[in-house]
Amino acid sequence: MADQNESNSLQPHGSNDVDITSVSYEKVDQPGPKSFWTQLQGFWVTFITMFKKVNTVQYPEVKEPTAERFHGRHQLNRHPDGLEKCIGCELCAWACPADAIYVEGADNTPDHQMSPGERYGKVYQINYLRCVFCGLCIEACPTRALTMTNEYELADSTRSKLIFEKDDLLGPLRAGMLPPPHPMYPGSTDTNYYNGDIKEAHPSQEQK
Amino acid sequence: MKNASLLLDDPGWIITLKALIVFAVCVVLTIMSVWAERRIVARMQMRVGPNRVGKFGLIQALADGVKLALKEDLIPAAADKVVFVIAPIISATTAFMAFAVMPLTGPVNFFGEETVMQLTDLPVGVLYVLAIASVGVYGIVLAGWSSGSTYPLLGGLRSSAQVISYEIAMGLSLVAVFIYSGSMSTSAIVQAQQETWWYGLVLFPSFVIYAISMVGETNRAPFDLAEAEGELVGGFHTEYSSLKFALFFLAEYVNIIAVSALATTLFLGGYHAIPGLGFTEQWLGGWFTLVWFFIKVLFFFFIFVWLRGTLPRLRYDQFMQFGWKVLIPVSLLWILVVATLRVISTSSQSRIVTFGFAGLVVLIVLAISTAFDNSKKKRTSFVHPEPSAPDFAVPSLPSEITTINVSKQGGDRG
Repeated sequence: MADQNESNSLQPHGSNDVDITSVSYEKVDQPGPKSFWTQLQGFWVTFITMFKKVNTVQYPEVKEPTAERFHGRHQLNRHPDGLEKCIGCELCAWACPADAIYVEGADNTPDHQMSPGERYGKVYQINYLRCVFCGLCIEACPTRALTMTNEYELADSTRSKLIFEKDDLLGPLRAGMLPPPHPMYPGSTDTNYYNGDIKEAHPSQEQK
Repeated sequence: MKNASLLLDDPGWIITLKALIVFAVCVVLTIMSVWAERRIVARMQMRVGPNRVGKFGLIQALADGVKLALKEDLIPAAADKVVFVIAPIISATTAFMAFAVMPLTGPVNFFGEETVMQLTDLPVGVLYVLAIASVGVYGIVLAGWSSGSTYPLLGGLRSSAQVISYEIAMGLSLVAVFIYSGSMSTSAIVQAQQETWWYGLVLFPSFVIYAISMVGETNRAPFDLAEAEGELVGGFHTEYSSLKFALFFLAEYVNIIAVSALATTLFLGGYHAIPGLGFTEQWLGGWFTLVWFFIKVLFFFFIFVWLRGTLPRLRYDQFMQFGWKVLIPVSLLWILVVATLRVISTSSQSRIVTFGFAGLVVLIVLAISTAFDNSKKKRTSFVHPEPSAPDFAVPSLPSEITTINVSKQGGDRG
């Protein structure tokens, strides 16, 4: 009895456990080899392609615009009065999967105000030898200070040249902007900045 | 033997000059054809191709050659040094030698000497070309063997098997030409075609067989199994670098030009103009025949490029099967037909017998092809009866798979 049990347990699962014939199948006909003349049509394809417009872009001379949301070089943005948006929170550095971003924050002081609020990014480096252009830093940024441009020509000859400093990343000063450091807009708090109340620099913000 | 007698009184300096010209033409043609091939294949793939070096990238191949020459010349430690060096030299020299018997022009005035642009006119010129091509295989085999590495050896073996197999088909396809022209001399064959039609039309099956086997003979796509880069890295020249590699490269393209020139000579009337434009042969004191010759050669070269741009590489066994089981039997039968036709047309006066025989051959071919088709149909209906459902899963034999069963649940079984 015990022997029989053992031999039973040693037997493979019954072939009826998974019955492949019970599954419904649909026959799909495989197309066989094409006739000789049909195959010869391939020659016509290559021949006529010779006279078609080529897809090649003559790159250094001709530059086609990238896709609208192409992930290119980063940019550190400014508020409309010229103060930096970056608050040195390091969220971008923490979000970065490639460990390409290095941030050092510092306190704003009344006579050295770089951004609205308490803190600003003192050191801001992006290592483009590491960056994979995934855009997670952009998603992480709470003040929309970090965004990406469409610029993709980032080749260079040395490693150090490819570590971009804050100066390389900062957006340009546009009309109505004053170069920081300068005080915040008179009578405003950082909340006003984030709500978009500040449209341009006030003359009193200018520092001698 | 008009050409032979014209060549006979050539002084030594003219022969030297001609040899130099043949060499220069081959090298320049190689450089230009490398460029042309890359441009044409690029256009077929909707690309531009090399267009940076020089106007339209014309001197791209020259730049590549200079680059190759300046590279380090490496000889692997495991290589047989002497053979390793000799192999590319054999390849390149034999490739050039084939051109010696090609009649490039009709009678012309060459520096005050009435001659033809042909280095020498052997009575067995075409056999000489075949022989030289066979010697050229040694270059490839020895290169593969002496590299002391696996892939080159495999490439060399493949290549030798391939070239030898296709040389048989090639030689057999030429037999019909010999029978019809009554000569093995290249210039006499060209002359004979002037009296009838081009042999490309008269002996169309021979022409087709030759055209196929010349692609196999030169190791070109779709028969480039010897250097199948997806399978054998670079084939026989994997271990080669610098000038030695450049020699193989040169040999390949000179070979293409050489077999194209042979095809032109044997099947497309050589240096003669296409029918109806015969008056152009007198232009430039007969030198215009050179233009006709190269137009035809470049036509073949374009076919080579076109094949490369269109067809994927054959599997090795299919390739050998095609050579041995299709090309060789077909050309043997065709020789039989041509020889019989030739005997009938030379011995009997009436054309009715000739046409009767030709009609008979056509009927037999039709009957065989119909019978073959029917038997194939019968076989396919017989081989696949409704299979009884197995009670356990068995993988089907590859030959039995004609359908793929796809379940609605997403599974599948062979």
